[in-house]
Amino acid sequence: MSHLTYEQSKGIATKTILILAGITIFEVLFALLGKGYLVDGVHISGWITGGAMIALSVVKAYLIIYEFMHMKYEVPGLVKTVLLPVFLLVWAVIAFLAEGNYWNNSRANVKNAVKSEIVK
Amino acid sequence: MASDTLAHEHDIAHNQESGSWKGGSEPFKASYGKLMMWYFLLSDAFTFSGFLIAYGALRFSVPTWPVPDFVFSTFPGGFHHKPLLFVTVMTFILLASSFTMVRAVQEGHRENQRGVVVWMLWTVIGGIAFLDCQAWEGKTLMGGEHMTIKQNPFGTHTESGVYLMGDGHDIKEGDTFKAGQSYLIHQHDGKFAPLQYKVTEGDDAGVVKEQKMGPKAFGALFFFITGFHGFHVLSGIAFLLIICLNSATGLYVKRRNGYEMVEKIGLYWHFVDLVWVFVFLCFYLL
Repeated sequence: MSHLTYEQSKGIATKTILILAGITIFEVLFALLGKGYLVDGVHISGWITGGAMIALSVVKAYLIIYEFMHMKYEVPGLVKTVLLPVFLLVWAVIAFLAEGNYWNNSRANVKNAVKSEIVK
Repeated sequence: MASDTLAHEHDIAHNQESGSWKGGSEPFKASYGKLMMWYFLLSDAFTFSGFLIAYGALRFSVPTWPVPDFVFSTFPGGFHHKPLLFVTVMTFILLASSFTMVRAVQEGHRENQRGVVVWMLWTVIGGIAFLDCQAWEGKTLMGGEHMTIKQNPFGTHTESGVYLMGDGHDIKEGDTFKAGQSYLIHQHDGKFAPLQYKVTEGDDAGVVKEQKMGPKAFGALFFFITGFHGFHVLSGIAFLLIICLNSATGLYVKRRNGYEMVEKIGLYWHFVDLVWVFVFLCFYLL
């Protein structure tokens, strides 16, 4: 499957798990720092911390799929058939979050929320 | 010419016997089982994405959402106000079990039966420890804080104000709060006892109001999605145990394919870890 020796792949696994653990710690610290738990009075905008945590999670996903699940050593055809369909989800995320936001904004327009469900 | 055609026909006949269409060669240089495991995981990824996207849509559809650092701040042993500490421990347990799984697969590649069994047992222990953590978390939320799939006492303030009464836990009379701060409505004698507060800023300044229950969907989504992930961990443990037993009895030694079964269950186990990365992101970090 792969041309790596046993010692080499062992080293890669150790390195990968350490990076994953480091990223996780960093993510949690970032979440707490942004909300002002670590340093008093320091707050970071949710868009910045949120964006950073999403980006770091994608890096974690990449490491798990490519190193732990050995996607790196599969032939390109397999990689494409598995990974390309996932990108369809990008639009699903955008569309449904926008839809949720629309529901939220429409709440103000609902008059007599309970009565409106009763016909006549 | 004639001999060329014959040779060509011979090629076709040969291909029909052992070519790709007869299963003679493996597509993508991966065995049937491994390829199908990948496609199963792809479909499972869509299932989980569906759930997490539903979570996102419902979260965006309500004015406030409980702040995760407030909701998930308990730690075994009676500790409170330790935001995200326990879930970080859970994440490390699952990551560690992913590492032991990688080691089991590597030992399999060099046909080291003992190594495979030992590292798989470590993986099983990691999986059980993770499920224990989930059980404790669920018990704390349901039993201690009374959040269920039908009710959610974790609310969030939309205005700044000052409490007019204490709840005997964290909140005392006269405590102030700001918009965006979450609270937990405690139960007294089996009934939720929301606190009264006076708004200090905005249009409603001076008006006395009462704490409201948080969005119901939070409880349902939390227990359903983490529960579905926990179910994957549970079934993963069952498969790991079966394959570990088969490795121990020497079943895979005879197959001489570098313990491919271990590699396949390894793919599944890493996928469970991968899903946790995104469950962790959506429920605890964001």
